[in-house]
Amino acid sequence: MTLHTPSSEADACAFVSSAVAARTPLAIVGGGTRAGLGRPTQTQSTLSSAGLTGITLYEPAEMVIGARAGTPLAEVQKTLADRGQMLPFEPMDHRALFATSGEPTIGAVAAGNVSGPRRINAGAARDSLIGIRLVNGKGEAIKSGGRVMKNVTGLDLVKLVAGSFGTLGFLTEVIFRVLPTPERIVTLVWRGLSDEVGVALLSGALGSPFEPFAAAHLPAGIGAGHARTLLRLENFSDSIDYRKAELTELLRAHGEPELIEGEASMSLWEQIRDARFFAGTDEAVWRLSLTPGNGPKAMAALASTLPGARWFYDWGGGLVWLGVPAQGDAGADAIREAIRPLGGHATLVRAPDAIRASVPVFEPLTEPLMRVTAGIKTSFDPAGVFEPGRMYAGI
Amino acid sequence: MSAIAFPAPDAGILARRDAIVAGLASLVAPEALITSADERRPYETDALTAYRRLPLAVVLPSTTQEVAAVLRYCSEQGVPVVPRGAGTSLCGGAIPQEDAVVIGVSKMNRILEIDYANRTAKVQAGVTNLAVTGAVSEQGFFYAPDPSSQLACSIGGNIGMNSGGAHCLKYGVTTNNVLGVTLVMLDGSICEIGGGHLDAPGLDLLGLVVGSEGQLGIVTEATVRILRSAEGARPVLFGFPTSEQAGEAVAAIIGAGIIPVAMEFMDKPAIEICEAFAKAGYPMDVEALLIIEVEGSDAEMDAQLARIVAIAREHGVKTVKESQSAMESAAIWKGRKSAFGATGRIADYICMDGTIPTGQLPHVLRRMDAIVKGYGLRVANVFHAGDGNLHPLILYNCNDPVEAQKAEDAGNDILKLCVEVGGCLTGEHGVGIEKRDLMTFQFNEADLHQQMRVRAVFDGKWLMNPAKVFPLEGRVAA
Repeated sequence: MTLHTPSSEADACAFVSSAVAARTPLAIVGGGTRAGLGRPTQTQSTLSSAGLTGITLYEPAEMVIGARAGTPLAEVQKTLADRGQMLPFEPMDHRALFATSGEPTIGAVAAGNVSGPRRINAGAARDSLIGIRLVNGKGEAIKSGGRVMKNVTGLDLVKLVAGSFGTLGFLTEVIFRVLPTPERIVTLVWRGLSDEVGVALLSGALGSPFEPFAAAHLPAGIGAGHARTLLRLENFSDSIDYRKAELTELLRAHGEPELIEGEASMSLWEQIRDARFFAGTDEAVWRLSLTPGNGPKAMAALASTLPGARWFYDWGGGLVWLGVPAQGDAGADAIREAIRPLGGHATLVRAPDAIRASVPVFEPLTEPLMRVTAGIKTSFDPAGVFEPGRMYAGI
Repeated sequence: MSAIAFPAPDAGILARRDAIVAGLASLVAPEALITSADERRPYETDALTAYRRLPLAVVLPSTTQEVAAVLRYCSEQGVPVVPRGAGTSLCGGAIPQEDAVVIGVSKMNRILEIDYANRTAKVQAGVTNLAVTGAVSEQGFFYAPDPSSQLACSIGGNIGMNSGGAHCLKYGVTTNNVLGVTLVMLDGSICEIGGGHLDAPGLDLLGLVVGSEGQLGIVTEATVRILRSAEGARPVLFGFPTSEQAGEAVAAIIGAGIIPVAMEFMDKPAIEICEAFAKAGYPMDVEALLIIEVEGSDAEMDAQLARIVAIAREHGVKTVKESQSAMESAAIWKGRKSAFGATGRIADYICMDGTIPTGQLPHVLRRMDAIVKGYGLRVANVFHAGDGNLHPLILYNCNDPVEAQKAEDAGNDILKLCVEVGGCLTGEHGVGIEKRDLMTFQFNEADLHQQMRVRAVFDGKWLMNPAKVFPLEGRVAA
């Protein structure tokens, strides 16, 4: 395994061209903290973004930041925080879940469409990603989008590349829309509710005018002995006081919530964002994406068929993090069978290589969509050198 | 006006018209097929009325299956297809060509399902934008993207163009508010992409389809997010002595951590035109007007407005006028949203749609003025100040071919200027035919070829809306 760390986009183009000529499959890596995502691949060479660093553009008044792909995420976040701004989508940190170290990069946030609890209100990484530069599998540097947030010029390749896990090309620069950091953040906590009631509470709050920015339900055994249902408010301080009172009144059937703020609130949401309740265990970890109200239904159907399963809900019930024993197919058939009638899909986020090699990590697609996916892969990467098989076998 | 070229119609297709019409007639209900010249006439153009071509035939299917059958047939016969929503495209996105079949979704206008608990609505593509909000407003919900044409434009068209609106500073554009679509591909395959959930199972094909201008297939149904409305909303008018001061105030408001739900800018010519039409009480003694809307409870709006007013005062605001009633608020928005229509009462106009980095605003306003004056024409500016999406309206007389050409040339110069300062050709209207030949100013050959190779995955024969988006020369098929 050889490691290549181009120091410029032109270097990257030349290296990709040579890999294409030699038909050398390439792994693409930023900080390496999320390398466990997707199917295990067999590559002979690794292309790293570590040599492409630095903020390329930051205009606080325009709410836009650009950086080379290998720039540490922490550097981007610090630069924004110094001016009272932030990335809108609260990107997950995979280090705890994957027991990895190193620095997550901004490029990998884009390539993995890595989002967090705030996704339910402020959109995913793909919604804030407004521009990219990418080396495709012809060794060409191409761009899509740009530095302005309203832009419908041409096909939106930015969205395609967000969440393509390096299979379409090597990102060299990314540009994100940013938002002001709220003046105050608080979390309201209700205790002891069932999954179904907890998610119904979240639904009631999300359908209110009081704008929760995050909404999660942690059943008993996830981080505490009792169930916790959580709503996070972000706003100017006087609005928080008002909205807390209104939500408490609206949801009074569920009792008076506890209010937590500051470090206690922040660390709780980091645990949710990073699925840290599964850190350090042997469980296989799934991510189920569902219509929010179907979250508890899916889990009710699965509870009896998956002994030893643990789970919690983010995104108002629409994202279920599910831990199961890492045996056999890690519950793949049962999980996909349970959610098929409900719509939605399941992704195997963490499991030993042997399981991720034998079980479809991403939800299998219908025939026409698989054909389109394969065609898009070929359109970017005709020789199939970028992360072959990372998302689907043979693609 | 004839500056924008159309591909020469395929003589073979024109010669086979009777057979093609007969083939279509065998696939759809009789009332779904329009063949007489008189009845085809309304489909010969859209809101870019300077260009028109009578299509070969028009089909208005009622079901996804009919759309699939017609697309499969056209694909087999090698007949171009032009998808059409409500025909309100400002960039000519729905303008047909003589050898093409128009497939319109206007009869597919039912709201299929509203799910308040999960905050989604499933609608057919021909439902109008405003009808979605209309269907859920009694329960206090709304559909966020609000293009000015929202009374008429369809959700299918919105998805095709990734439409925006005045309130997308806070709520995003179409692509941020659509969760799923039923897409019929050229070979007649029917694909469900997305649904009630928030993220894609693989590549973000939904993100690709939104804004693809009818080149990848035809969307027949969509699942869209509906949001609970704020407790209240209040637009406030801020009149400034100069455009620069208005621009600086916008930057300062954002810098203070305030994201109003909308920040709309009008220059003096636009203020005069809109006030004459809407009688909204716009101040007439200022050079620039901002309409800033805040949301929330009364106390929250008061608090947010106090912050905004203080900032505006630091930037020399001359007039601050708060709406005192729902009627006044409606008039304020009516003035802004009818800017295009009101302009149409005094002159013909073309409406540009470039986006610029907002820091470039004073520079761009000066340059635009000089460009338009250089052609001996007038311009009125309305735009979304928070996001830099400009809508210069270039006024001209469409019965004067020389002036019409000048207007188009001035528009092209303005769009090139937008790209030059770091922006783009189109913020929310789409490329269509209008900006097609300017694409090479924003993208180089490698960029465009990558887009065209992706396009070819869906339509290797260039049959779907083929005269749009990409310059006619230098196209790649795969």
